[in-house]
Amino acid sequence: MNETTPILALRGICKSFGAVHANRDVDLTLHKGDILGLLGENGAGKTTLMNILFGTYAADAGRIEVDGTPVTIDDSAAAIDCGIGMVHQHFHLVPSHNVIENLMVGQKGKYGLLDRAGAEARLAKIAEEYDLKLAPNALVGGLTVGEQQRLEIIKALFRGARILILDEPTAVLTPQETEGLFKAMRALTERGLGVIFISHKLFEVREITNRMMIMRQGAVTATLDNTPELTDRQLGELMCGHELTPPEKPAVEVGRVLLRLSNITAGGTPERPVLKDVSLEVRAGEILGLAGVSGNGQSQLAEVISGVLPPHGGQIEIDGEVLDRPSVKAVKARGIGRVPEDRMGTGLVTTLPLSDSMVLPRIDQPPFSRYGLVNRAAIRDFVKEQVERFQIKTAGVDVRTGTLSGGNLQKVLLARELAWDPLVLLVAQPTRGIDVGAGEFVHRQFLDLRARGRGLLVISEDLEELFTLSDRIAVIFEGRIMGIVPAAEATAQNVGLLMAGFQEDAA
Amino acid sequence: MRLRLEQREKSSPWLNLTLPLIAIAATLVLCGGLIALAGANVIEAYTVLFASTLDSKFNIVETIVKATPLVLTGLAVAVAFRAKFWNIGAEGQFLLGAMAAVFVGTQEGLPTWSLVPLMILCGILAGGLWAVLPAILKTRFKVDDVVTTLLLNFIVFYAMMALLDGPWKDPLSGYPDSPDILMDAEFPILLRATRLHLGALLAAVAAVFVWWLMRFTTLGFAIRAVGESPRAANYAGHNITKVIILTALISGGLAGLAGVGEAAGLHFQVMAGISTGYGYTGIVIAMLARLNPLGVVPSAIFFAIILTGAEAMSRSTGVPVFLADVIQGTALMTMLIALLFTSYRLRVSLTRHG
Ligand SMILES: Nc1ncnc2c1ncn2[C@@H]1O[C@H](COP(=O)(O)OP(=O)(O)OP(=O)(O)O)[C@@H](O)[C@H]1O
Ligand SMILES: [Mg+2]
Repeated sequence: MNETTPILALRGICKSFGAVHANRDVDLTLHKGDILGLLGENGAGKTTLMNILFGTYAADAGRIEVDGTPVTIDDSAAAIDCGIGMVHQHFHLVPSHNVIENLMVGQKGKYGLLDRAGAEARLAKIAEEYDLKLAPNALVGGLTVGEQQRLEIIKALFRGARILILDEPTAVLTPQETEGLFKAMRALTERGLGVIFISHKLFEVREITNRMMIMRQGAVTATLDNTPELTDRQLGELMCGHELTPPEKPAVEVGRVLLRLSNITAGGTPERPVLKDVSLEVRAGEILGLAGVSGNGQSQLAEVISGVLPPHGGQIEIDGEVLDRPSVKAVKARGIGRVPEDRMGTGLVTTLPLSDSMVLPRIDQPPFSRYGLVNRAAIRDFVKEQVERFQIKTAGVDVRTGTLSGGNLQKVLLARELAWDPLVLLVAQPTRGIDVGAGEFVHRQFLDLRARGRGLLVISEDLEELFTLSDRIAVIFEGRIMGIVPAAEATAQNVGLLMAGFQEDAA
Repeated sequence: MRLRLEQREKSSPWLNLTLPLIAIAATLVLCGGLIALAGANVIEAYTVLFASTLDSKFNIVETIVKATPLVLTGLAVAVAFRAKFWNIGAEGQFLLGAMAAVFVGTQEGLPTWSLVPLMILCGILAGGLWAVLPAILKTRFKVDDVVTTLLLNFIVFYAMMALLDGPWKDPLSGYPDSPDILMDAEFPILLRATRLHLGALLAAVAAVFVWWLMRFTTLGFAIRAVGESPRAANYAGHNITKVIILTALISGGLAGLAGVGEAAGLHFQVMAGISTGYGYTGIVIAMLARLNPLGVVPSAIFFAIILTGAEAMSRSTGVPVFLADVIQGTALMTMLIALLFTSYRLRVSLTRHG
């Protein structure tokens, strides 16, 4: 093997699922020390390609070469043998085990015995070498998302990966955690590993990669070197194949209060609640952003508003009416729409047909049903209309929901709520995992709702998104609202301080 | 050569039909080995098994009579399993249905026209409410439903035995048989000079009803959603407790109705052996039918053939009747394996490693 032999080469990879061509004749090369950015619209086939590389799917045609030698990758064990490691978007960890035990899963020791000391030594060495630190005895269930991801990367290295695939790793990270990840990625490539990095955040791709490959409809449309002249705009247009126009945000007169939370305490136990005395207002014609490092009570707040979590104290008022007994039904009936953060867990039923997932929260209302009888034709028409409107890439309306790509699942959730013209829309991480073009479309939908006098509460970790969308930004820290800043006065500085728990007057 | 499973985008209707047939074929081949071990001619044994149940109008009708309770217990299980309410208790619900029928059917002084409808109603309620008990334990206290539904069967069975040995004991013969129901309480016969009773019609109606319920009602939709993802269903506003309890009520009601049919259409009393494991066979039937309510009918008929045919086979070839049980068990296993292929496809790659 000489210096220029790529450590990984894919040649002519094709893969179809029924009528969908997920990959068409894809070539890819990766050299030692490369960070290759893989870009493309939702459903372009990025995850599919990586799954083929990791042995989850078998390609219909094409071959894989590692260090210039053709290999057959039938399953993940074979991929690991070839030195390929993958960090999926959904982690594959055992929450009830600790770090070191998770690393040893699937490892065969001598005489069937586990070599714990050896594993700990190797963990320490990896931590040292790549600056990836984790306490060996920490329980995985108690780790943050960022730490779990670090463990997934360590696991791949532990098994001898020289080629590391990261499928949208930053989608679930805070900006600080992303910085940490990038540092580790640089350390990896300095030691001769090759990394494939998938992300929809173009600025990240520009920051960390040295080469990029762009896919559309299963085919590679461009491969380019990363140069400082490249802009997000250019990249975005290369990706969607048309010009991008960021939506305008016109001034809208703010009206009456549509949603008011007063002194809400909820979650945890009544003595030690997660949410402490939270008061918020969302008014007609307004987008209220909720900023905060994840895990500071955002999900509990969303659960309270959507009626899933009954609060210990405080009251919820929707359009002037105080709810005595908040429930999902009561909240929904009063016009609150909700886009959950956790698509697979609380949003959609991956094993049911797409059409069922799409009407899951509305099945008991016309036109989908009357007197308890479902109208299948009405459901089909509705789903077809939404698929069209949001350009959801799917082989049909009755395919299993779980076969849609990550970004397309997100579009399903958005479409499902937006179709009802909610009075107040509660969305968490609205553009997580969706491509720039679709992101702009979604933002336009939000601004359109706002222009029509609706209210929105947008929970996001993406400050940039909050700054462009919101009229006011509330900051949550350890279950308390630290402050509410008008968007015009919001800066990364003052919001950042609040997010870290410093009250303005105190600071 | 390597084999791997790959998820299908949707399950094909063609497979839904052929897989059970393949499972049955595999079962018969496997059990053929046992017949040979028992020293009989496999072909001959199977010929007797099937022919004896289908060779005359009388035998065909008898097979349908046998299939009647099986259709209902199969439906009971199919509904419950859709919601992932693991009702292993159809057996007990069946017995309660039968007891309720006899209780009503022996009451003098009720208007004669009301006896049959009342028996049906009480039998359904008895079975249904009995199934609601573990459903409440499951939803309120997270008690494992497999265990509770199974154990409740024994409670019903021994309570029934106590009843048969005490208050219901036949004072003359001393047998553990309940008193006979009134003549007016007996299910009408559908076909003259046969044992084909109203129960068969009720079973057919129930199959269509459950199919319609699952496909065309919001409750059916909710049952599927709760079964596949309780969390997502809850977030979407479906009341899981309510859905599971309604499912249990329907499931137990169907099993109870099976018991009513046997008591009021066939035996006119309850006795220790009124069920030969119909509730348990219902599980195999439902699985073979892939939980499809209409599929339950042919699936139940198949097992009715096995159950009745095994006796004839045993008589003429000497193979023990227990083969019927072995066939049931094997069919469940082959079907569970076959089920994998409705959601996954098998990929064979012929190349070797690197
Ligand atoms: N198991 C499957 N069965 C059927 N279709 C599938 C399956 N997996 C993926 N697809 C389809 O293949 C296409 C490519 O999907 P893939 O997940 O690779 O997209 P992606 O580029 O990763 O998109 P995203 O950015 O949204 O994650 C999509 O149209 C998807 O619906
Ligand atoms: Mg993807």
